[in-house]
Amino acid sequence: MTSEQKLKTMTINFGPQHPAAHGVLRMVMEMDGEIVERIDPHIGLLHRGTEKLIEYKTFLQAIPYFDRLDYVAPMNQEHAFVLAAEKLLKLEVPRRGQFIRVLYDELGRILNHLLNLTAFALDVGAMTPMLWAFEHREILMEFYERASGARLHAAYYRVGGVHQDLPAGLLEDIEEWASGFPKFIDDLETLLNENRIFKQRTVDVGIVSAKDAKGWGFSGPMLRGSGIPWDLRKSQPYMVYDELEFDIPIGKNGDCYDRYLCRVEEIRQSLRLIHQCIEKMPSGDVLARGKAAPPSRGEMKHSMEALIHHFKLYTEGFHVPDGDTYTAVEAPKGEFGVYLVADGTNKPYRCKIRAPGYAHLQAMDHICKGHMLADSVAVLGSMDIVFGEIDR
Amino acid sequence: MDEKSQTLLELQEHLMHLCPADIKTRGVANGELTISVEPSQLIQVLRVLKADTSCLFQILVDVCGVDFPLRKPRFDVVYNLLSLKHNFRIKVKVAVDEEDWVPTISGMFPAAGWYEREVWDLYGIFFKDHPDLRRILTDYGFDGHPLRKDFPLTGHVEVRYDDEERRVVYEPVKLTQDFRNFDFLSPWEGMTPDLTGDEKSDAKDPEGTS
Repeated sequence: MTSEQKLKTMTINFGPQHPAAHGVLRMVMEMDGEIVERIDPHIGLLHRGTEKLIEYKTFLQAIPYFDRLDYVAPMNQEHAFVLAAEKLLKLEVPRRGQFIRVLYDELGRILNHLLNLTAFALDVGAMTPMLWAFEHREILMEFYERASGARLHAAYYRVGGVHQDLPAGLLEDIEEWASGFPKFIDDLETLLNENRIFKQRTVDVGIVSAKDAKGWGFSGPMLRGSGIPWDLRKSQPYMVYDELEFDIPIGKNGDCYDRYLCRVEEIRQSLRLIHQCIEKMPSGDVLARGKAAPPSRGEMKHSMEALIHHFKLYTEGFHVPDGDTYTAVEAPKGEFGVYLVADGTNKPYRCKIRAPGYAHLQAMDHICKGHMLADSVAVLGSMDIVFGEIDR
Repeated sequence: MDEKSQTLLELQEHLMHLCPADIKTRGVANGELTISVEPSQLIQVLRVLKADTSCLFQILVDVCGVDFPLRKPRFDVVYNLLSLKHNFRIKVKVAVDEEDWVPTISGMFPAAGWYEREVWDLYGIFFKDHPDLRRILTDYGFDGHPLRKDFPLTGHVEVRYDDEERRVVYEPVKLTQDFRNFDFLSPWEGMTPDLTGDEKSDAKDPEGTS
C-alpha cells in the first residue's frame, strides 16, 4: 500500500449526549477504521464551580455541596470533608457517631456498586441486572431517607459526628435487608460471571498494568483490579474500620472483567461490615458537643448561653484554626480527598476536591489506544465515571 | 507523640540528608509532612522522592493551586504524593508568582497532565513544557481564571438561549439583587494584647518609646 492509498483517520465525536457516556462526557476520537488511535476527552460540561462556592460558604453550608459531587454515593463524599475539618479542629467523634458513619459509608458503597456494575452490564449488552438493581437501590435510598430525611442529597454528616441519631427500628430493618441481599448478588453473578457475551466484551479488554495504574494515579477498584492490594480503610484507617473485619479483593489481570469481579466482592465485604456495625453499635451521643455542634433542644429551653450558641452557630458558624490538611477516604470509586486550607475564619480559604474519577478518565486515551470502538464503551463502564465529581 | 508523626519526622530528616540544598522549609503538622521547594528544584526533588528506596512516592494523588493575593509570590502549587510501599503521604509546595512558571512533571507522573491543566485553567499558573496545556474545566473560549480570589463568584458572563437568534448567547451578568457576602470578622475577636494608645501600661518600657 502506497502512502497515497493509506486511509486518513476519521474523527468521531462521542457525546456529550450519549447513553454510554455516563453523563456529559464528550470524547473526540480519532479512528482508523474500527480501531481507536487517540481519544481526547473533553470534560467540564457539568462544571458548577463547587470549589469556588465553598470558599464563600461556612463550613456547615459547604457540606451539602459534597452530596452533589458523586451523586451516586453521596455520604462518602461528605465524610472526606468533615474528616478534614475535624482534623483541623482536633475533634473526636463519639463512638456511636463513628459506627453510624461506617454503616452509611458501606450502604453508600453498595449503592454505588449496584449502579455501576449494572450500568456497565447494560453498556455491554445485558439489560436485566439494571432493572433488578434499581429495586435494591430504592430500598437503600429509603434507609438514607429515614436517617437524614433525603433520598439522595443527604447532608447527614456533621463536623464532629452525624446530624441526628437513627430512628427506632431502622437498624433492625437494615439488618433484615442485609441478610436477604446476598441472594441478589448470587443472582447477579449467575447472570453475568459466566455469560459468554459479557466475558467476550470484558475479558482482556482495557488491561492496565500495575505500573501504569500507579503512574496514572489510580485508586480504588481500578488499582486493586490491577493486583495492588491497597485500600485506605485498611492502610490508613479512619473511624472504626480498624476494629472491623473485612477483606480486600484484588484482581489479577487488570482488565475490565477483573474490575467487575472486584466490585462484586466489595459488595459482599460491605455487607459483612454492615452486619458488624449493627451488631457492635454502641449507645450514646452521635455528635461531639462543643463549638461545632448545636446544643440540645432541652438545654436551649433554659440556658441563655445555649441559645446564643445555637444562634451564632447557624448564622456565623464555627471558626476553624489556621492550617492545611489533605484528608482522604476510600469512596466507592477510589480515593476521594479534600485538601482544605483554613485561615482561622468561619469559611474555608481553599477546598480542593480530589475526585478519583478525574484520574481514571485521564487514562482513557492510554487504555483505549489500539482497542475497538465498542471496547472504549466497556472501558468507560468499568472505570465507574460520574460527572458530578469529575467536573465539580 | 504518636508513632505516625515519629516516622514522618524520621522521613523528614532523611530527606534533609538526601537533598539538603533544595528543601526550603519543612514541617509536620496535623500528622502530615510538608516540604517547600523552589520551582527550579522541583523536578530534582520529586525525582529523589520517587526513586529513593525509603520514600518511593510513586503515586501523584493531586496537584492543586492556592491563591494568596497579598503575598509575594502570589500562588502556591501543592503536590500531593503517596507512597504505597511505606504508606505515607507528603505535600510538596512550590511558591510561584503570576508571571513565573513551574516546570511540568507530566513526564515523570503521567497523572500530572490533567491536574496541571486544571491549575492552569483555574489559576493561570503556567507549566513549562507541558505537552497539552489547554483549558479543561471551564467553557470553550472562557476568559479569566475563576479560582483566583479577585475573580467574582458570580463570574462576568451569563448564557441564555435566544429564541430569535436561535442560539445560546453570552451576556454580561445582571444580578437582580446585590451579591451578599457577610463579614463575620468580629472586632472583639482576635484582638491583640497591645492596644493602640496603651503603650504606657507596659512596665518594661516606661518611656513609651516603642
